[in-house]
Amino acid sequence: MTARLVAESVTFIPDGTGRAVLQDASIDLHAGELHALVGPNGAGKSTMFGILAGDIAPTTGSVTLDGTAVAAVPPKELARKRAVLLQTNTVTFPFSAEEVVRMGRAPWMRTPAEDDDDRIVAAAMAETDVTRLAHRPISALSGGERARVALARVLAQDTGILLLDEPTAALDLKHQEDVLRIARSRAADGACVAIVLHDLNIALAYADRVTLLSEGRVTASGPAADVLTAERIEEVYGQPVDVFDHPITGVPIVVPRR
Amino acid sequence: MTGEVVVPTPNRHRRSRFVLSVIVLSIGLVVVSIASLGMGQYALSPTDVIGVLLQAVGIQNDWAPEASAASGVLLEIRAPRIVLGLLVGAALSVSGVLMQAIFGNPLADAAVVGVSSGAALGAALSLTFSLTVLGMWTTPAFAFIGGLIAVFAVYIISRSGGRTEVVTLLLTGIAINAIGSAGLAFLTFVGTSATREQIVFWQLGSLNGAIWRNVGLIAPLIAIGVAVAIIVSRQLDLFALGERTARHLGVRVELLRIGVIITVALLVCAAVAFAGIIGFVGLVVPHLMRMLIGPAHLPLVISSALGGALLIAIADLVARTAVPLADMPIGMITSLVGGPFFLWLLIRTRRRAGGWG
Repeated sequence: MTARLVAESVTFIPDGTGRAVLQDASIDLHAGELHALVGPNGAGKSTMFGILAGDIAPTTGSVTLDGTAVAAVPPKELARKRAVLLQTNTVTFPFSAEEVVRMGRAPWMRTPAEDDDDRIVAAAMAETDVTRLAHRPISALSGGERARVALARVLAQDTGILLLDEPTAALDLKHQEDVLRIARSRAADGACVAIVLHDLNIALAYADRVTLLSEGRVTASGPAADVLTAERIEEVYGQPVDVFDHPITGVPIVVPRR
Repeated sequence: MTGEVVVPTPNRHRRSRFVLSVIVLSIGLVVVSIASLGMGQYALSPTDVIGVLLQAVGIQNDWAPEASAASGVLLEIRAPRIVLGLLVGAALSVSGVLMQAIFGNPLADAAVVGVSSGAALGAALSLTFSLTVLGMWTTPAFAFIGGLIAVFAVYIISRSGGRTEVVTLLLTGIAINAIGSAGLAFLTFVGTSATREQIVFWQLGSLNGAIWRNVGLIAPLIAIGVAVAIIVSRQLDLFALGERTARHLGVRVELLRIGVIITVALLVCAAVAFAGIIGFVGLVVPHLMRMLIGPAHLPLVISSALGGALLIAIADLVARTAVPLADMPIGMITSLVGGPFFLWLLIRTRRRAGGWG
């Protein structure tokens, strides 16, 4: 599959610190693939995510989208190509859930795609199981409901690239799996999906490709089962683990040694 | 996530409330304006008022009273004052909407965060030192510069990580207001008795002495400000999601921010230049409107402009007529309404969310 969003040997040194939080890291996200970014706390996942989203300009190195430098793409055009879900999704005023989801359509205003707004918004809300919350103000929703509304907004943006930063954090078991199934099916439809994850089992079960970051560097990148081996996980996380195959599905499972 | 049937559900409820609010506010504006034109020492009936107004636009009618004094009082004294009030109310109210959106904070108001006192200080400077570098535009221009400095200062100091903490915003406002008051106090000290009177008048806020020329000066500024607010209203909605997310949705965040800050300074300078500091309009009106029609900014800007105009029209009517033969400062009236409103907000928020911490 073709590479769409590519970061090439990016280094990021925050102003005035002199210490690189990301060092010579490369990652390429391909169309039709679900790519998981994993690593311990402080490994540089959020920085890498910010760089891919275009929020952070790397100190050195390049980020390109379909061959064009991300920084050179006008914001509106960028918004029609990639959607971003952040970890925190506070909404300042009590907009209704539907109004928030509809905001995802903003980049398509005054384009022919605008005609599909109602259909896409409704579909995104159904997919994330928030249809019945449509008229509730966002301030009256639970954390998990807000997280799903935020995801619906990102899906409504209807872009070929999805960047999701820990989308499962606030969710219960079923909704976690729902989110991953949605991401999976978007990738199957040809989208390029990158997800920051903490749960290595989710990465093993859903990701086509995993990039493991550690102390600002890419430790390994490739098919999930090749990257997330017991030795490597222990080395990077400093926690002994066992990795064995699920008796029915055959998907590898990570269990910490206790 | 089953394949349930989903019917598109545009928010009709809020839309119909918006239409209703515009109709009610417009009717209220017309009624209060006509009543206000007729009331005062030289009392006229509503039919007299309508008669004079029709005559003024060239329609002869039987309602117009014979006495020429009537049309003089109406058209040269009361009308400019009322129109100035409507414009000032719309400007303050819309500036409140803009500030609340850009600070991501429902408590931002021109007077609360010190933008008004910055503008008053600028205006007072131009008067105390009889500056005329820009002709009749001098006072508004100085008010603009003062307001712009104040709003930028508040913005830079009180913001971190794309949001503004309520406490930091209010404390910054206290500091900026203190600096503004100190400046005004100094100007009161060095000024002549005439400029002193002017400065006191600003601090209290008053529509007294309005003339058509001043109305003509600020009307285009306010028209521009409100137009900008309407144009950027969709982007302000996205701003409610936080700056990073707004950027991900294609908003040019820096440009929008600077543009809105300049617009706020423009609206506040236009309001303050000839009417002084009229507090709490930008706080009370957008809040009430949000409760009525929801937070979407396009309807909010429009109904807040009307609501602000109506609030000032009523407050001015009270200021002129509550005490016979006296003209109370309108800033006092709006603060009398706004202060308790602020307290109510405080109590309500504490009960619901444990306060603003």
